[in-house]
Amino acid sequence: MLSSIRTVWLVFLHMFKKRVTIEYPEKKAYLAPRWRGRIVLTRDPDHNERCVACYLCAAVCPTDCISLQATEDENGRRKPEYFRINFSRCIFCGLCEDACPTYSIQLVPDFEMGEYKRQDLVYEKEDLLIDGQGKYHGYNFYRVAGVAVGVKGKGEGENESAPVDRKKLVP
Amino acid sequence: MSETWIHILIIVCVLLGMVTIAAGLIYVERRMLAVWQERYGPNRVGPFGIFQVMADMVKIFFKEDWIPGFVDRKVFIVAPTIIMITTLLSFAIVPFAPGIVVANLNVGILFFLAMSSLGAYTIVLAGWASNNKYSLIGGLRGAAQMISYEVFMGLSLMGVVILAGSFNMTDIVMAQKGMWNVVPQFIGFVIFFIAGLAETHRLPFDIPEAESELIAGFHSEYSGMKFGMFFVGEYLGITLVSAMTTVLFFGGWLGPSFLPPIVWFLIKMFAFILVFVLLRASLPRPRYDQLMSWGWKILLPLALLNLLVTGAIVLYNQ
Ligand code: SF4
Ligand code: SF4
Repeated sequence: MLSSIRTVWLVFLHMFKKRVTIEYPEKKAYLAPRWRGRIVLTRDPDHNERCVACYLCAAVCPTDCISLQATEDENGRRKPEYFRINFSRCIFCGLCEDACPTYSIQLVPDFEMGEYKRQDLVYEKEDLLIDGQGKYHGYNFYRVAGVAVGVKGKGEGENESAPVDRKKLVP
Repeated sequence: MSETWIHILIIVCVLLGMVTIAAGLIYVERRMLAVWQERYGPNRVGPFGIFQVMADMVKIFFKEDWIPGFVDRKVFIVAPTIIMITTLLSFAIVPFAPGIVVANLNVGILFFLAMSSLGAYTIVLAGWASNNKYSLIGGLRGAAQMISYEVFMGLSLMGVVILAGSFNMTDIVMAQKGMWNVVPQFIGFVIFFIAGLAETHRLPFDIPEAESELIAGFHSEYSGMKFGMFFVGEYLGITLVSAMTTVLFFGGWLGPSFLPPIVWFLIKMFAFILVFVLLRASLPRPRYDQLMSWGWKILLPLALLNLLVTGAIVLYNQ
């Protein structure tokens, strides 16, 4: 009985406390840089697409919402012909970002993606591709990779030794 | 203007005023609950969100009014009207200010008790007509709750009747000129307020509704304006019990003369309405057997004792 009255009194005192509501459209809550939101495809420092169309993100995606098709340019550099994410199925788990070997696909702190039509939630490559490097600066996959696709010559990459002369490589 | 016209005017004013207040309470309750839960509540529609009521009303009027195929059709339709009718009829005996009363019955309190008992039918019939397990359980609980609070509700008011020597509401107010009834009849006030909570089926005594156990209890199957009637009926009940508490225990319209009597009445009434909301914000719901044993084992003897002592003192003083 007394504890009930005490409860009523304590609840009454809440009247004078600070409100916890954040009035959303006017004031926005803080989103950490690592917040998992809208997905972007980034470019490397040379302004080329980072994605090498390896399909790892599509394979790891638990909801199967990434769809892409690989193609090659004249230098033999792989890139996606189309790259499509269906955000009505994406659960923003971030596994695609973890799986990506090139830092291409990244989740950024933005959640305001509401649409009136479901079809509008399917983002094509043009919608996903941004001009910058996203969260990871200065990384260029083809500078450390062993293949030459016009970014660097063979054996000129970072930490890469010159190619072995196989004529001299005899025991 | 002749007497009759003034009377009709009063009736219309009371009717419209009470329904408006009851609808407005939806906003008041949401706002105040939010305040006590450190939120803001509805504050978008119009200044401070006061047009939320209208938005809600428009919404509920345009909802599909669907009657499920398996219900007992006639009873299903009649049930929600009962609570509106009985509660609105009860307002007939409430004196809002000197002369502003629809029917100055000399059995005012008895009329109020009769109407509030009839109000319980709304729950029982709705629960029965819905032809749904949860609704039926809700209706049963409503009946169980009714037989536990009705008894001590009536008895708790008898102390007031003894002090005033009349069942007439206006006489009861006038009898409180010297001292409000809440002082000599404090136990009666507490018991009546608890009974009033149970009578309006408000939290913590919303046992027939109990949305965490019974979906929505007796009105699970209702939609559209039929649900709206239960909803507004509940708020009308709050207004009624607050008005009755004001009249019976807190001197009705009496108060210092710098404000008109009707304002004093409304201030007191709204204070009790806020207490209703505060109780909803803070107290958990008891089991219905707990409410019954509480009613029969504690509150009923207490009400009888209160009646006995009041009667003895009044007799001794004569
Ligand atoms: S965040 Fe998860 S669900 Fe969304 S695209 Fe990436 S892997 Fe798929
Ligand atoms: S994992 Fe990265 S590089 Fe591979 S296809 Fe996906 S986005 Fe492109």
